[in-house]
Amino acid sequence: MNASITEHKRTSLAEFAAERLIRGSGIMAIVFVFLIFAFLLREGLPAFTEVPLDNLFSARWYPIEEYYGILPLIFGSLVVTIGAAIIAMPIGLLTAIFIAEIAPRWLREILKPLIEVVAGIPSVVLGFFGVVILSSLVRETLNLPTGLTAFTGSVILAYMALPTIVSVAEDALDAVPRSYRDAALALGATKWQTIWMVTVKAGKSGILTAMMLGIGRAIGETMAVLMVTGNAARVALEPGALFMPVRTMTATIAAEMGEVAQGSAHFHVLFAIGIVLFVITFLVNLVASFAIFRQSKRSARLLS
Amino acid sequence: MSRFAIQRLGIGFLVLVTIAVIVPIVLVVGTIVVQGLAAINGEFLFSAPRNGMREGGIWPAIVGTFWLTIGTAIFSVPLGVAIAIYLSEYARDNRFTRMIRLAIINLAGVPSIVYGLFGLGLFVLALGFGSSILAGSLTLSIMTLPVIISTAEEALRSVPQSFRTVSISLGGTKWQTIRKVVLPNALPGIITGVILGLERAAGETAPILFTVAAFYLPTLPDSLLDKSMALPYHLFVISTQVPGMPLQLQFGTALVLMAFVLSMTLIATIIRSYYRRKRVW
Repeated sequence: MNASITEHKRTSLAEFAAERLIRGSGIMAIVFVFLIFAFLLREGLPAFTEVPLDNLFSARWYPIEEYYGILPLIFGSLVVTIGAAIIAMPIGLLTAIFIAEIAPRWLREILKPLIEVVAGIPSVVLGFFGVVILSSLVRETLNLPTGLTAFTGSVILAYMALPTIVSVAEDALDAVPRSYRDAALALGATKWQTIWMVTVKAGKSGILTAMMLGIGRAIGETMAVLMVTGNAARVALEPGALFMPVRTMTATIAAEMGEVAQGSAHFHVLFAIGIVLFVITFLVNLVASFAIFRQSKRSARLLS
Repeated sequence: MSRFAIQRLGIGFLVLVTIAVIVPIVLVVGTIVVQGLAAINGEFLFSAPRNGMREGGIWPAIVGTFWLTIGTAIFSVPLGVAIAIYLSEYARDNRFTRMIRLAIINLAGVPSIVYGLFGLGLFVLALGFGSSILAGSLTLSIMTLPVIISTAEEALRSVPQSFRTVSISLGGTKWQTIRKVVLPNALPGIITGVILGLERAAGETAPILFTVAAFYLPTLPDSLLDKSMALPYHLFVISTQVPGMPLQLQFGTALVLMAFVLSMTLIATIIRSYYRRKRVW
């Protein structure tokens, strides 16, 4: 009798502890986001007092002589990311449409894991491939002085963004109710017309999410970009900029943090670049997640 | 042109685009496998690098990546699964839960190099762990959390509600239900998520650049507070920083890293499809 009472007490104590721990763990996700932001601010904010603002927002990045203009780095990230988006968004959408709407089931079972393989390949391996094979291909076919250009980076980034874009967009298309397509087909539309006028339109917000997530991945990519874009920090506002070496924000942090004195102005500026990156990706993800929420709300309304 | 001709052209174009996506994937993997296999032998895998890394093997880097992966698992698995249980079994649909979800989405989107900066600021400098396996594992485990949480939550949610109802109606408490009914049924899905998360950690370079990585350290790490070589960083170093590096060794290293990571994907996929077939509900 006594034993069973203590037994009961012990399980409820264990249960109490377990529930407390689990309820406490939920908040850790929020804590980590704040911690990341706090430590970026802690090490990055001093940059704004140590380096004059007109230096910080100038077009010259040359830390050895204390030129900390981050514009060329933002420009580099923009060029490479936009290049990647131009390549990856249409290709990703079309591939998603093919997989979701046209490919027979057996082909779909092969294509989906094959594309997801790319998501599993470490970025440093793709960067390595870019250095030894893609860059010479780019140099020879486009007749450039060097193959390590923004364009090379864009191509690699586009392939890294593709798995995200394809799988999220494919899910969005897949979630469009069968009856929508049947209605269009019954009205005499061809499959092709149905895809563009009904299915893609209905899956619009999911497709938008796919694009945002893909771009978010491209902005933050570091190693492949560091290895293949040639790392020249300059602002070249001309049409040929895509085919010249550039240097992105991520690559700059990765390349220089290992060599700076801790606590120096250069050290703090690199953290300040981290703040810029964090804020940009935060905003991109916020927009992408609102698109997700809106979509789920709409489907909830349709079901009710 | 009739609308059926347009349809035929359009579908033909989609096929071409899909081929343009698939062919480079096969080429990249194929090239690395073919070129890399030539470098693989016992000495390459199991000896330390020599002569400024231009000769010898990659054993210290393999060992380093192995310990980093284990360390990441120790920190991220319990916490990730706990958060997933919270979200799936306890959380109500309120503002607090939405904030947690938003935080997880953002953790998933934070660039890997920013995790590197964070690890440097918190673990290496503020907590004084120095550049070490401990600091690197902690950094990688926070980066891995979102993957583990989202796949584990999906696995927990896929356990039918009736299982919980039956357990509770037989007198089980909420925690007993979770531990004896929900978790065992969700286990294969959780394991899949854990492997996918760890695979990402094993292949990452940017977060370990300033938190663990040693450029050239032929000895093996003795403790959690030692620096260590790691496969991804080693590949970065030998393909960009070492002049006159034999191409074959670079391909060999790329192959070992890719095989390590992709074999984890394969295991995860097999577990998932095996249990999906076995599942009775």
